[in-house]
Parts: sequence; C-alpha cells; structure tokens
Amino acid sequence: MEFFKYSRTFDFMSKSKVAMIFSIVLVLASYAILAVKGLNYGVDFAGGTIVQVKYDKAAPINEMRAKLKNNKLFDGASISEFGSPQEVVIRMKTTTGNVTTDIGDVTREALQGTGNFEIRRVDIVGPKVGSELKEKGLVSLLLAIAGILVYVAFRFEWRFAVASIVALIHDVSIAMGAVALFAIDVNLDVLAAILTLLGYSLNDTIIVFDRIREGVTKSKSADLAEIINESITRTLARTTLTSLTTFFVVFTLFMFGGEIIHPFAFTLLVGIIVGTYSSIFVASPILLMFGFDVKKYHAKLAEKAKREAEKERMRAQFESGVM
Amino acid sequence: MKLNYRIVIFALAIIFGVVFSAPSLLQTEGGKKITLGLDLQGGLHMLLGVKTDEAVASRIKSIAASIKHYAERNDILIDNLSFTNDSVSFEVLDSDEVPKFQEYLKEIEGVKLSLNGTVISLTLTPKEIEKTKKLAIDQAIETIRNRLDQFGLSEPVVARQGQEKILVQLAGIKSQEDEKRARELISRAAKLELMAVDEDRNARVYNMTPAEAAQYGDVILEDVKNTQIKYLVKEIPILDGGMLTNANVGFDQNNRPVINFKLNAEGAEIFGDFTGKNVGKRLAVVLDGKVYSAPNINERIGGGSGQISGNYTVLEAKDLAIALRSGALLAPIYLMEKRSVGPSLGADSIKASMEALIGGFVLVIIFMVFYYRMAGVIANVALVANLLILLAVMSLFGATLTLPGMAGIVLTVGMAVDANVIITERIRELIHEGKSMHKAIEEGYSNAMRAILDANITTLIASVVLYVYGTGAIKGFAITMSIGILASMLTAILGTHGIYEMLESKMAKSKNYKFWFGIKG
Repeated sequence: MEFFKYSRTFDFMSKSKVAMIFSIVLVLASYAILAVKGLNYGVDFAGGTIVQVKYDKAAPINEMRAKLKNNKLFDGASISEFGSPQEVVIRMKTTTGNVTTDIGDVTREALQGTGNFEIRRVDIVGPKVGSELKEKGLVSLLLAIAGILVYVAFRFEWRFAVASIVALIHDVSIAMGAVALFAIDVNLDVLAAILTLLGYSLNDTIIVFDRIREGVTKSKSADLAEIINESITRTLARTTLTSLTTFFVVFTLFMFGGEIIHPFAFTLLVGIIVGTYSSIFVASPILLMFGFDVKKYHAKLAEKAKREAEKERMRAQFESGVM
Repeated sequence: MKLNYRIVIFALAIIFGVVFSAPSLLQTEGGKKITLGLDLQGGLHMLLGVKTDEAVASRIKSIAASIKHYAERNDILIDNLSFTNDSVSFEVLDSDEVPKFQEYLKEIEGVKLSLNGTVISLTLTPKEIEKTKKLAIDQAIETIRNRLDQFGLSEPVVARQGQEKILVQLAGIKSQEDEKRARELISRAAKLELMAVDEDRNARVYNMTPAEAAQYGDVILEDVKNTQIKYLVKEIPILDGGMLTNANVGFDQNNRPVINFKLNAEGAEIFGDFTGKNVGKRLAVVLDGKVYSAPNINERIGGGSGQISGNYTVLEAKDLAIALRSGALLAPIYLMEKRSVGPSLGADSIKASMEALIGGFVLVIIFMVFYYRMAGVIANVALVANLLILLAVMSLFGATLTLPGMAGIVLTVGMAVDANVIITERIRELIHEGKSMHKAIEEGYSNAMRAILDANITTLIASVVLYVYGTGAIKGFAITMSIGILASMLTAILGTHGIYEMLESKMAKSKNYKFWFGIKG
C-alpha cells in the first residue's frame, strides 16, 4: 500500500505564506490564552496538596463539601471528579508540614460517615520544593533547547539550526496554549511531555532538513524553493507514517492510560499534530526566508572539494618526490 | 539463506533480551528484576527537612545541664544560670572558684569563653553552630534509617538529597494505618529526659504562667494521659536519652506494656547521685515534652535502669522502644514533600498503562504489516526485539519502572518503527527509480542512516536533560526513553538490515515487490 506516490512534487512553498499567517495567528492566540487564562500550575510547581479519594459508589461530593467545611484546614479546597464518578480529588493550595499527622489522616477523619471510601493518593508539595521544581523545570527546558541548537548547528548550518528552533518554539507555544485553554494541570509530567515534544518535533524537522541538505548537494538547480518542495514531498510518507504510529500509541495512552496520565498524553497529542505540521510548513519556509543561498553553498562545497583535491595533489607530488 | 555479521549480532541481542527480561516478565524467584516505582506498587515518598535551629538550642541546653551537674558535684554555688539561642551564662558566687570552673569549661568544644567579674558566659562559635546543624542532619538520616530498618519493611530508602533534605521512600505499605505508623516512627523525636520536679513551687503550678515559671528556671509540662494534670519541673534536665544504651518492651505487674531502659555508666552515675540527694522528692520521666510518670524517689537508685509506663498498646510500645533505641532526633523534622500512593491505585495504574501499551503495540504492528507487507513484518521483529532489550537492560541495572516510565515505553513503540519507516520509504523510492532490490536495500540503508542518527541523537539530548534535571518518576520516563532509543538503533538499523541480507538470495529471485515492500514494482 502506498499513500503517497513520488511521481508528483507538491508545491508546498507557494502555500507557505498562508501557513505562516495561520501559524502566527495560532501562536499569538496561544500567547493570548497564556496571558489571560494563564497556566494552571498543579501541586508540583505551585505547591499544595492533592488527596485522591475513591468510594465504592458514586462519590457524595456535596456531602463531602459540607463535611470538609467544618475543618479550617480545608479552607479554599476544591473537590472535583477524577476519571470516574466514584473517584474525586480534593485540591488545596495549602500544605501541612507535620509528618506524624498529615492531611491524608485529617481527610480520612473528616470524611467519616460519608460512605465507604479509600484514600488512594496524597501528594503534598511544600512551597520551597515547588519553586525548586519550577526552577529546575525551566532550566531543563532551556538546556534541552540549547543542546539541540548546538547539535543542529554543528551537523547542519546555523540557518537550519535557527529555523528548527523557531519551529520548536512554535510547537511548544501552541502546545502550552492548548494546555492553558483546557486548564490542564501543569505538573512534572506535562513538562516531560513538552521536553519529549521538543525531541519529537525536531526529529521530524531534521528528517526534512536532511533531505534538503542532500537535495542542495546533489541538485543542479539553484532554486531553493524547488529543492525544498521536492524534499518535503519525498519525506511526506515518512513524516505522516511515523506521526501516525506515534499518534496511535499516544492516543491509546490518552484513552486507556488512566486519569493520571491524561495531561501527559494530551500535551503530546497536541504536540504531535503541531510538530508534524511545523516541520513542513514552518521550519522549511523559514529556511527559505533566511535566504539560504544554494549557489553560495554549491560554491562553498566546490571550494572545499577543490582544496581537498589540491591537498591531495600536493601530497601525491610530495610522495613521489617531485618537490 | 546465509549468515552475516549483522544477523549474528542481532540474534545475540535478542538472546540477551530474552534471557535478561525473563526474570521480570515471568516474575521468577531469582535473577535481576525491574523494580516497580512507588507510583505503580504503592508506597510512600517523603522529602523531609530538619529544623536545625532546634539542634543548636538543644546543644546549648545540654551545655547548661553539664555546667549545673559539675557545679553540684563539686559543691560550687552558682546562680543566674540562663541561656539564649547560642549562649549560656551564669555567675559563680565564690570568685575563688572561677579559675577552677574555667578550667573545666575549657574542655567543652566549640565555645568561646568570656568572663565579666564572676559572670561566665559561653557562646557557640559560628563554626560550631554549622557543625551542630550538619550533625543534626547526619544524625537524623542515621536515626531514621535505624528506625526503619527495625520496622520490618523491605528495603527502605533513606538518603540525603541536596544539602539538607532527607529522602525517605517506603515501598509496599499496605494500608493507611501502616503508613501512619511509619510516619509516626520516623518523626518521633523520642527525646527522653529525666527531670526534677520543683517541689518548692509545684503546688502553685495551676496558677502559674510559663513566664513566671521561667523566672525560677522551671517549665510547666502536661501529663501524657490527662492534659489537665500539670507538673512544674526544672528546665534543665538531670539527664537525657543520649545516655541510653538500651530500651525494650516489658510488662508491669498489671500486665500492661512498659518500656524498660538502661543508662550508660555516666548516666547511671548522674542518676545515682541525683536520686541519692533527692530522696522524698519526685522525678519526672519526660518523653517528647510530656510527663509519662513522676514517681517518688524512695532511695538512691544505682545501676542505671528505669521504666517508662504509659497508656499504650503493645504495638505502640514496640515502636516507641525502637525509637528510643535508635536514639533521639537532635532536631525535629518536617514534611517538605510527600507522595503516597495506595496499592490499589498502583495496581490500577499498571493495568491501565499495560492496556495502553498492548493497544498501541497491536495497532502499530497491524499497521506496519498492512502498509509494508514483509518489510513491515521485519520491522515488527525489530520492534519486539527492541522491547525485550529495553526490559532486559532495565532488569540488569535494576532500574525502576514508574508510570511515566510506562508512558516512555509506549512512546518507544511508536517511535522505534520510525527508523524502519525511513529506511523502507527510501528503499521504495529507489525501487521506483528502477534499482534492483539488492541495490535499493543497500543504498536505502546508507541514505537513511544520517537522518536516523541525527533525529535520534536530538531526542536523546532531550531525554538526557530530562534525566539530569528530572526528579523521581520523571527520571523513569527519561530512562525508558533513552534505552528505547539506543536499542532501536541496534534493532531497527542493524537487525533489520541483517534480516534483509539473510533473505537476499530469495529476494533477488523474486520480483514480487508487493510481497516484500507493499508496492507495485
């Protein structure tokens, strides 16, 4: 079976203006959402408490609210369903530092008489740890981007590196915008998803860039747009298929992986779609925009080849003792 | 069919994968296995802080206690013994005794002595304060470890994290009651103090404010059973739990559990001296700031053993004895982070992520065969080998599998076929260009290699950063991702190439492109 034939080259670059406008709108919209709604930091980064309670029947949320009201510790606590009607999480911004009697014990005590329940998870992240994790998270994001930038610049050319970083920023911005839009709890796992997304999206971009690099070296044509179109067309099957298989597994993770894995899977799901799109419609047009000059590149390659040849000739002469 | 070096390496890798993943997959008795993270098997993860300031305060208190004891022993009269956060001062009534006292004080390490007339003050040096704080953390780690070792859980983790945090991880906690018991055991100060009841003023204790008590050098303590009962005791204890050598559960005449303790030689001497001089008065047995009993001293008590009776169950007494034996915490600990997962939630998480893994795996496998035919089958062999090797490496290193780690494995399934997709697409392209199957395969692999390497290395960079900066469960994700990527290089590039080489003679004869690569030639 073949989804894509190579008989025809698609003209992607002629549509790059439309795509650019679309991307800019999406990115700006994401920033607007981030600015207005903001990220919904979970306990990992904001600090706070989460208690997950499971009942043997539908959780009596109203009754629970009434019971928790009696204890000052639960001021400002929010109770919401978690995955199924039996299961709820209680979220609080406050934390308790007492090791002996913690909020899990207090909750168990407070909810006595609301039915048969089990406290399945208690997460307490003190403010100090929360801010440390936030700091570490930010550093890791920047380090990953820097590391990738250096690698791509080293393997390709600086314009490729910058273009791929722009695409990365594009992907991460939109993924974060979606996370903010759907008020997903931003915890360590979402950060992990973003970092995976970095690697994944770049993966796609590199496959296309590698083809462009190959095309530039081999092609006689000096028209970069044409080379790009050709390269994207040739990698289209791969880009789509790999995205598809990855999409399959992340989608099953999203559907069947359980409530806890949801934010992670959601972020990746958005990321895969955006990342695939960006490697075709964002990274390559930017390369074009930077005015990567095929002729100059050819000249540079020729120069390099000439120098090599010259060196070779000198060596040969030297070895044969002519000099 | 003929053998080639690629297929031999691939076969060895698969054997390695099967052999070393078997213990984890089949849950055999012996062999190295993957450990399940706390989020999958249920357990308690805590990051504890130490209130080091209080360690300094208690060091000051113990210096004060030894000054008092020295003065009493040598019949030197002192007055106005008082202390602040980091210093102790007192007045020696007979100025002739000052040099002798100073001589004794010189033996105390880490303090600066200053003399103002007959008032001697000792201040802890900044270096000593640092040392005391560091010691408090070290000692807390040691103590918590000792206590948990005796608690009966398998392989508790107690480790320092950063400069002054303590990481405690307890796997396999069955119930909330067990968890609470463990937390109580860990956090219990277990500070035993034997204190003198201030008999001259104790009658007035119910009308006294703490401030007034402090004027006499006393503190007001509550009874452990009945908080209405109060005692006025001398703030500076006669001795403390540091001089304890052993503590065990025993039973009193009414068959109630009690804790019998034994003091070391120095403690026994101080205890003997005190009881000898204070016959008829009361001695308060104080544990963590609560009076457990205050018996009358009937005679001098030598030998240095004592008893703590309280209203506790056998289990509580047992935990308390463990705590006393392991030593007191020099400074209280507090909770900075806690993550506890019940075993049922862990089981649910395993089930859900396994379902996702199997579901995703089946989808990918079917799709690959459907789309690439034989090439898809070969890619699937590589995929299975990849998973086996991933599990084998994790088992071998005793790596911890967490819930994000499971997600990493699922993701690996999706991404591991990438290399084969790239290669097969290249081969198809070359066949379309009219190359022979053999040539198409050779060129396909060499053309695809650079792209695959570059793409995988960038993903690896992100994973390594995640490993270095990630914490806990997220590290597990980075581990599975990294091993998965590395294994896929071996299986998807080398392994599948070897299979093609092995099948070469068959392929050369066949012109059935549809069978081999799912395309019309």
